[in-house]
Amino acid sequence: MERIVEIEGVTRQFRRRIALDDVTVGVPRGGVFGLVGENGAGKTTLIRHILGLLSAQSGTVRVFGLDPVRHPAEVLGRIGVLSEDRDLPPWMRIDELMRYTRAFYPKWEPAYAEQLREMFELDPRAIVSSLSQGQLAKAGLLVALAHRPEFLVLDEPSSGLDPIVRRDILEAIILTVAEEGRTVLFSSHLLDEVERVADRVAMMHHGKIVLDDTVEDIKTSHHRIVVRAARGQEEAPEIPGALSCRGIAPEWTMLCRAPLDEIKASVLRNGGQVVDVATPSLEEIFVGRAKTKGLETAGV
Amino acid sequence: MNRAELASTSHLTFGRKCINLVNTVYNEGLLVEIHLDARDSAPVYVQIVRQVKRLLASGRLAAGDEMPSVRVLARQLLVNPNTVARAYRELEVLGVLESRQGSGTYVSGEGGRPGRRRKVMCLAAPADALLREARGLGVPLEEVREFLIERDAVLDADDERSA
Repeated sequence: MERIVEIEGVTRQFRRRIALDDVTVGVPRGGVFGLVGENGAGKTTLIRHILGLLSAQSGTVRVFGLDPVRHPAEVLGRIGVLSEDRDLPPWMRIDELMRYTRAFYPKWEPAYAEQLREMFELDPRAIVSSLSQGQLAKAGLLVALAHRPEFLVLDEPSSGLDPIVRRDILEAIILTVAEEGRTVLFSSHLLDEVERVADRVAMMHHGKIVLDDTVEDIKTSHHRIVVRAARGQEEAPEIPGALSCRGIAPEWTMLCRAPLDEIKASVLRNGGQVVDVATPSLEEIFVGRAKTKGLETAGV
Repeated sequence: MNRAELASTSHLTFGRKCINLVNTVYNEGLLVEIHLDARDSAPVYVQIVRQVKRLLASGRLAAGDEMPSVRVLARQLLVNPNTVARAYRELEVLGVLESRQGSGTYVSGEGGRPGRRRKVMCLAAPADALLREARGLGVPLEEVREFLIERDAVLDADDERSA
């Protein structure tokens, strides 16, 4: 399977702060790739490397097989970008913004751009600085989509937006990926959205990739179990792959990443009982993992 | 506005009311009443499979009906098209749906009402949940059986009262 983005062993340090710590991750062509992590985890820094705005201090970054720092025009011409701060000239009108952006993208389709503008209900004469948060996001999305890029990169597209605008943005993502061969990468901390729309998710924590898998595999490999400990046991039982634990004796709720039969066997061996099993949401998994200490070793 | 005009403007107007109207009058297939429950921990494709089966069992979907295309349903539900594709594949394997080359996905012809067995099988999920809960509590199957009959009588009484 072809990969649009190949990042290998990239480390990025800003003075004393390590923003990216030996990051290796790939984005396959086609489908939606979600990048999640708390603020400061390194998502935007990673995206900036993909866009060639930052040069890797170690390791390699390849987009469409090219180094985005050495081939900026070639790479960026095939990418539609919506950055977190939207980055639109505040004094421009919407129609001026469209004309301005068109100049950078030979593949810009004026008719399609017009359709998008109408779809997003943006007044061509409105000035960017007068737009609401939602309208700003839509304007940014318009110029990202209008040249029908192979690769759409969205940094926190939904942050600070009301649910209605968020739906419109999700819809635009789905429409994009429904067209053959197009790829979307979006970073978000709205995990319920990521869960319904992403095919793969990479989770970052303190500059490291702590999870990189399909949404399906993540959901099927994590379990939320309720364990009734053996009589007299004051502490929570030790379960393979346990990521978090809460409760008081004798009942504990634990989040585990391990095969279910192994978990059950382990609980039984300790004289306990598995009382309930459920599939945790991506948000629960995220919170559970972020709070787990000792995440340094990969593979958990 | 006649149907052709409505159809040609559908991709330009995005006002929510207009889209719903357009979906009912002109679309790539039946407007299907499928809703996702964010609190349901079952994977999205499982929810879709379950709801299609339910629509079929209740007669709201009939043999020969055309299903919305993967893109249209993905857009309606705001989920990844792969997820819808997966649900459709699953339903095809189960014999509930069939895809016709170049034409779309249709509800499998069965002639007449959905089989009784199929209706009963729609109860598999809640039945399994009940059985697992009973096991967890240590309630034997015989008691569960008697309890179900009890509850059924309560429902009858409720229905009578609200009638």
